[in-house]
Amino acid sequence: MTSIGTGYDLSNSVFSPDGRNFQVEYAVKAVENGGTAVGIRCKDGVVLAVEKIITSKLLKPGANKRIATVDRHVGIVSAGLVPDGRHFVSRARDEASSWRGVYKAPIPTNALANRLGGYVQAYTLYSSVRPFGVTAIVGGWDSEAELAVDGQVGQGPNSGAGGKVEGAEAGGPGLYMIEPSGLYWGYYGAATGKGRQAAKAELEKLDLSSGNLSLADGVKEAARIIYVAHEDSKDKEFELEMSWISSLDGPTKGRHEEVPKELREEAEKAAKRALEGDDDEEEEKGQAMEE
Amino acid sequence: MNHFPEAWGRPRDDVYGAYNPSYLQTTGPKAHTSSPAVTGTSVIGVKFNGGVALATDNLASYGSLARFSDVKRLRVFGDKAVVGFGGDVSDMQYIDRLLASIDIRENYSNHGNMLNAKNLHTYLAKVFYKRRSEFNPLWNHVLVAGYDGEGKPFLSSADLLGTTFSAPHLATGFGAHLAVPILRRLFPDEKPIEEVTQEHAVDALKQCLKVLFYRDARSLDKYSIAVITKDGIDLKENEQIEGQSWAFAERIKGYGAQTN
Repeated sequence: MTSIGTGYDLSNSVFSPDGRNFQVEYAVKAVENGGTAVGIRCKDGVVLAVEKIITSKLLKPGANKRIATVDRHVGIVSAGLVPDGRHFVSRARDEASSWRGVYKAPIPTNALANRLGGYVQAYTLYSSVRPFGVTAIVGGWDSEAELAVDGQVGQGPNSGAGGKVEGAEAGGPGLYMIEPSGLYWGYYGAATGKGRQAAKAELEKLDLSSGNLSLADGVKEAARIIYVAHEDSKDKEFELEMSWISSLDGPTKGRHEEVPKELREEAEKAAKRALEGDDDEEEEKGQAMEE
Repeated sequence: MNHFPEAWGRPRDDVYGAYNPSYLQTTGPKAHTSSPAVTGTSVIGVKFNGGVALATDNLASYGSLARFSDVKRLRVFGDKAVVGFGGDVSDMQYIDRLLASIDIRENYSNHGNMLNAKNLHTYLAKVFYKRRSEFNPLWNHVLVAGYDGEGKPFLSSADLLGTTFSAPHLATGFGAHLAVPILRRLFPDEKPIEEVTQEHAVDALKQCLKVLFYRDARSLDKYSIAVITKDGIDLKENEQIEGQSWAFAERIKGYGAQTN
């Protein structure tokens, strides 16, 4: 690596002569070793999934969650250093709560991503801190219905203008990925961690930008993609953790919740079947080539 | 004009006398938090076999003015408990937001919001007591309804001083004087709550609301009612008091221009 021996990687916030911050790049390396995490923005919701490598048989299955809820309508999953991810979530919860304190309403997903991007970026500016060793995927659903202000007790008069725009569309799904540099972008499908390359390749096949994928199909795809991405580190066992946020008329009513056990197991079964199908095809191809 | 800028632009002492600066004092206690502004009146609640019913009218008064007539004074906490608020409406809104933030925080854990009505009542009473001890009370009297930790119906009150009280049927405000005697007659001490059906409880609440509308000048005939059972919370917020009869009003004498 070009950074070694030059001295430009020894302190955070120091540029190298060619304009790089090596400490941030090292943080990205920490992320690249983490369990794969994906997020899919569907037409009627968002799915988050993470591959949780089982590091010890003594760990309780299903415990030690890696996807966290922020406010009621946002979920965060991260790849990289787990404690950094926890702190990141804690900050997100504080931001959501302070937003409610000021605006008496839930924080929009884009505003939360913006605040968190700013927070992460600040950790690239000072020599006294190190950058976050996580890339986080933030998924949320902003209510499409007109929400009451927190604590509202009545509607007021039924007649009068009220300044409402008829038929204006509001809310919908949001998916953002925040990197150790503080860079964040909105995505149709996001992947990070060890298996991100394979996961991204699979996400691109889904044609997410057309906005046709339903949340129910998104859950199945997310499970399958985690299984596909796991292929390269097959020797290690893993657990799949999945959460979702649906529209107000969907299964979670705009809330971020864990995908129910039955649904997850069904998706996992389908994922395993799809993988076995691929293996068979490859074997057939191999045989054909031999002939 | 003299050479003391602090005196410029002020009435001259030699003409008007020395200004009494006690009018400008900024120290001393703040008093506006120690009385309510916009208020809700009675809350009434009854335990029945397997659940609790709670009711309030939909009025928020500004003094004697009926200011807001669509105010929802029954607030749901998570999916477990209902709090009925009497007293200051803005303090109710503050507490409602406080409870929402607790619900959000509780849902961060794996098992979700595990707080039941009894926990909520304990918490609210402590909030009230803390605030009254700071001479900055939350001007409310609330009834908390739901289930306790053993799954039994729970109904209890907490007031602005942090006082708590529990009974199979309760009422706050004017209702404490007018509704409680009715409820005591309908559901005497000897009668265990297992013998009170949901229909009985709801009918009793409606009867109390009607009497309160007759006699409490700060009440309304539009009301909200919440029935909490094991199946969940059934909250209706836009009900109307039925079967009113004002014949008795003819016999009331001694008000206004009427002298005999």
